[in-house]
Amino acid sequence: MVTPRITVNGKEAPIAPAAPHTTALDYLRERGLTGTKEGCAEGECGACSVLVARPGVNKPTDWVAVNACLVPVAALDGQEVVTSEGLATPGEAGQPSVLHPVQEEMAVRGGSQCGYCTPGFICSMAAEYYRPGRCPKAADGEVHDAAAHTGAGHTDAEHGPNGFDLHALSGNLCRCTGYRPIRDAAYAVGAPADDDVLAHRRELAPPAPAATEYTQDGSSFIRKETLAETLELLRDRPDAVVIAGSTDWGVEVNIRARRADCVVALDRLAELRELRVESGFIEIGAALTLTEIERRLDGGVPLLAELFPQFASRLIRNSATLGGNLGTGSPIGDSPPVLLALEASVVLAHADGEREVPLADYFTGYRQSVRRPGELIRAVRIPLPLARVTAFHKIAKRRFDDISSVAIAFALDIEDGIVRKARIGLGGVAATPIRAYATEAALEGKAWSAETAEAAARVLESEGTPMSDHRASAGYRSAMLGQSLLKLYAETPEAVSA
Amino acid sequence: MSNLSERPEKPVVGVPLPHESAALHVTGAALYTDDLVYRTKDVLHAYPVQVMKARGRITGLRTEAALAVPGVVRVLTGADVPGVNDAGMKHDEPLFPDEVMFHGHAVAWVIGETLEAARIGAAAVEVDLDELPSIITLGEAIEAESFHGARPVMATGDIEAGFADSAHVFDGEFQFADQEHFYLETHAALAYIDEAEQVFIQSSTQHPSETQEIVAHVLGLHSHEVTVQCLRMGGGFGGKEMQPHGFAAIAALGAKLTGRPVRVRLTRTQDLTMSGKRHGFHAAWRIGFDTEGRIQALDATLTADGGWSLDLSEPVTARALCHIDNTYWIPNARVAGRIAKTNKVSNTAFRGFGGPQGMLVIEDILGRCAPLLGLDPAELRKRNFYRPGLGQTTPYGQTVTQAERISAVWEQVEADGGLADRKREIAAFNAAHPHTKRGLAITGIKFGISFNLTAFNQAGALVLIYKDGSVLITHGGTEMGQGLHTKMLQVAATTLGIPLSKVRLAPTRTDKVPNTSATAASSGADLNGGAVKNACEQLRERLLQVAASQLGSNASDVRIVEGVARTLGSDQELAWDDLVRTAYFQRVQLSAAGYYRTEGLHWDAKTFRGSPFKYFSYGAAAAEVEVDGFTGAYRIRRVDIVHDVGDSLSPMIDIGQVEGGFVQGAGWLTLEDLRWDTGDGPNRGRLLTQAASTYKLPSFSEMPEEFNVSLMENATEEGAVYGSKAVGEPPLMLAFCVREALRQAAAAFGPSGVSVELGAPATPEAVFWAVQAARQSRAAGEASAADPEIAAGAPAGSSSGHALNGGSASGSAADGRTRAQTEALSGA
Repeated sequence: MVTPRITVNGKEAPIAPAAPHTTALDYLRERGLTGTKEGCAEGECGACSVLVARPGVNKPTDWVAVNACLVPVAALDGQEVVTSEGLATPGEAGQPSVLHPVQEEMAVRGGSQCGYCTPGFICSMAAEYYRPGRCPKAADGEVHDAAAHTGAGHTDAEHGPNGFDLHALSGNLCRCTGYRPIRDAAYAVGAPADDDVLAHRRELAPPAPAATEYTQDGSSFIRKETLAETLELLRDRPDAVVIAGSTDWGVEVNIRARRADCVVALDRLAELRELRVESGFIEIGAALTLTEIERRLDGGVPLLAELFPQFASRLIRNSATLGGNLGTGSPIGDSPPVLLALEASVVLAHADGEREVPLADYFTGYRQSVRRPGELIRAVRIPLPLARVTAFHKIAKRRFDDISSVAIAFALDIEDGIVRKARIGLGGVAATPIRAYATEAALEGKAWSAETAEAAARVLESEGTPMSDHRASAGYRSAMLGQSLLKLYAETPEAVSA
Repeated sequence: MSNLSERPEKPVVGVPLPHESAALHVTGAALYTDDLVYRTKDVLHAYPVQVMKARGRITGLRTEAALAVPGVVRVLTGADVPGVNDAGMKHDEPLFPDEVMFHGHAVAWVIGETLEAARIGAAAVEVDLDELPSIITLGEAIEAESFHGARPVMATGDIEAGFADSAHVFDGEFQFADQEHFYLETHAALAYIDEAEQVFIQSSTQHPSETQEIVAHVLGLHSHEVTVQCLRMGGGFGGKEMQPHGFAAIAALGAKLTGRPVRVRLTRTQDLTMSGKRHGFHAAWRIGFDTEGRIQALDATLTADGGWSLDLSEPVTARALCHIDNTYWIPNARVAGRIAKTNKVSNTAFRGFGGPQGMLVIEDILGRCAPLLGLDPAELRKRNFYRPGLGQTTPYGQTVTQAERISAVWEQVEADGGLADRKREIAAFNAAHPHTKRGLAITGIKFGISFNLTAFNQAGALVLIYKDGSVLITHGGTEMGQGLHTKMLQVAATTLGIPLSKVRLAPTRTDKVPNTSATAASSGADLNGGAVKNACEQLRERLLQVAASQLGSNASDVRIVEGVARTLGSDQELAWDDLVRTAYFQRVQLSAAGYYRTEGLHWDAKTFRGSPFKYFSYGAAAAEVEVDGFTGAYRIRRVDIVHDVGDSLSPMIDIGQVEGGFVQGAGWLTLEDLRWDTGDGPNRGRLLTQAASTYKLPSFSEMPEEFNVSLMENATEEGAVYGSKAVGEPPLMLAFCVREALRQAAAAFGPSGVSVELGAPATPEAVFWAVQAARQSRAAGEASAADPEIAAGAPAGSSSGHALNGGSASGSAADGRTRAQTEALSGA
């Protein structure tokens, strides 16, 4: 086993003597790279955003922005990281360094005031700057409107004329500017120049996943090469904490000071990173990041396509996985309601073999599931064909990057004006994500009419046992259940329901 | 034109420039206090021992277990304090308390070789507590008459006569939220001891001189033995005006006792649970209007939630009273203020400093009463504006100058924003969309500039010219992102007549400029700009003499423009660098201390009368929102702002302040939602929203989709540096229009003429309940169509007989304020 090492801004260095729980953020700051800031230590503010070279979706390598406060530095063994300090080009002797295009736009447009959040914005913005296909460059060298070229892009309040998707910055908070100059900067950046080193890096193979076994003072961070080895390890170490993107465990470490003797990383296991479309189902690897799923499905599962932009922030989606969201078993995770409505199942792998469990049978209590010690979620299966009428309603205080007060997912088959099948997943109204069985029954076989919707809305209002907390009152949560069905009815086009 | 406001030829002020540190910000090279830790050897780390009970007397504190933790160096307790055990100016804020006064109160600090060791050590400290009854909510405090500090009363005219003359009288209550500063950089300090036992502290502080004073009195030193430096802050917003002192004192005490550098840096949760916030308020009011809708009388009692100690609650309450009039002439008024003492963090300064709270009360009253008077809210507001030329005074007796600007900015917003056309479009949209409604509202502001306490309105600066012609300036203000340093560089370059590249600015520190005021009250540029200008003028006068002798002319005929001295009517030139070198050889002093004090201020806190403000800042804003009737969720579609900054010193900086202040104000009024455990369980008094995952500030999704900001033109302010006006705080209050637009959109779900009560913050849930109430009014209106008076909701001339009081003014917000288990996940 090689000594764990990390490449930061082109320079390689050992990870030791950092403790295995040390975050990439603390590691970078200890090395004097203090441009990367801590604002919240739980992946909410983005002041710690850095770029990581990852296997690409459309090119060999993507520059992906992640929250350095959540990822253990040991998880970056063998990886390449770029911080705000590494984006500018050092000047000739005696000359100031040349700002990166995103740095230049942010600086001249008043995108920084106190400047504390700025390096994080720079990294998130740079990741979007380098997203393949964002801003195609024509043969004449001119930058063209991405919307006109791809057909998929569009210019609206959240998409710039240069193809910039504002959701790339949804995980970055600024308390000073009110965001307008930052948006202007984002929408002003052009395409990378021909000699852009980071743009060129995308064309080369990504850093290979390193097998890591890093131990300091009795605690270990372990990454095996194969699923089989990982399952063997978990059979021997049932106490191990299993992580993929570490977006949940990172919060536990930072905010609740939890420490583990053994952390096992799954995020690079090839067996957990496949996305297959079979005749009867789609299988999504548990360790694919949400961003990877979003880009690879490319709208193929409309209900998931509706979910992703509302799931946390781009920074979180660049690390978080479906396996993780189901593995933590939170009642307010955003993927379970959607996957319940899609009638998904989970494929659970153990050293002794695999089994498939319908998601509706998976959750057993608050953060409890049927998953046994030593068992891992290998994949999520979504049966085909998909329901024709789907919707995901997330009720939260803030539109970008908030946790649901209530989340409701609908998947309805409506033929000849009759609801043939209804599947409804709910989050935030019980100790686990639940199916709204009574409402489903109240809809099935009925004409898709205002009367049916009103009657079923009253049933839906009484599903679950919502409570009052700092996010919402119980009364509001219940009301939102009923309202969501009325909204679905109001927004379902006649053509679909007829 | 006064000497202070007059601009010379080719001034550097008025040029739009990015922040002077912009290149350092974007490359990550800009240093903040805690970044220095990694450039300092042998730093020790301090971690607080927080007691998680709302109130109780400490009967025992044992540190043995903590000291046994490997890496723990020392535990700081009250017994270690050589000087005064107090972190405030009122002597009601012990640095190490005997009595826990709020949930999360730090009672001791553990010093460790690593942060991890200090954290584990802090968890090992044992504290015995005799729990005592606590007061958490404003309602509990009012019920128990738990108040502290001054109880000012502002009175003008004859209030009884005013009500007697009123055709319509309404009353009501309104309770609205506190707000967390959420500067991205949490509190931080790093202290060193030098060879003479002097203390040097790097601190993220808006008020270095007061940090210095507190550290000195805690350590039993004189001020000249303590130096405080602030490189820059990662945001302040008032949260670092009073609150940094205790943290700096802990670092200094630790450094004193260990002889090594000690660092204090709060985690976000520590910062949220230990530091004060914007005061939430309760208001009880009664207002009288004549038949035309003109205010005749206002009787109100404002109660600020002060928290456990006084901190700045008295001046905050005074400023709230001084702003309840906003842009409206109130001939007869009696407004009382009081400060609730609660077992929560000690609330403090926050952008606007009570002004927003006072102004929100009157804007809420007008928003609620307009439908009851049968008037469009914009019309009701306009009818009550202060009128120019009538000598109208505020309820505290100050003449309202430049009152014509109230309607000037308002009318420009109406015109530039195309408000008349858009109102028609919105009416058509609303008629066509049963489930979605839009609202458009315009509101204005008047905000008084100067510290209410006259003594604070002074500042100093130090300007040094070196032999090579380069210039170094230092002033007493601190940089927290507001662009003060950028403006000061522009002022210095303008006054000396040299290019900006010749001037550098050194970090703010107490051994350069003494006895500074806090960088607060929007006054940073006014005060420090006056001082920098004064120092530069002294130097310029000396250099003009030198130039005159070189150019063979009179000093009064010499001008220095863009770094070249010339005599009027002559081609002869003398370059700046040569001029400076010549001055040196002629033994002319090339350094100067500048000083400025604001003239013409007067304030009597006892009678609550005087002219505390140098001038008023004006602005107006219109917001258009769209509300989803199913959920109460909304978007801000468009905002138009015209704001008065006098003649801007630095337009890009000023527009940034307007936009940022507006979004921060919109956050307070619509989104940001501090929740406390008000139940009787074991966690009573706990802040439930103690992380970024539970306390949401505006993100990109709250930014107005279309955002047009312009500065009022030809707006020279005679009484301030280079004709400019302060800009830091006033724009926050432009955001009232967002909440008023939401009120109108909610009202559009019901019949016209119904008063809509809306929580503050107007979260989607609060808006949903307002929509539901409006819809029920429709039902009620239809049911009682036979009774036109009820249907129209018009309470003709009754003195109190209206339902405003019966409903819950903070209704929907209060509904949600029940205790429950929390979950703080990052969403994955």
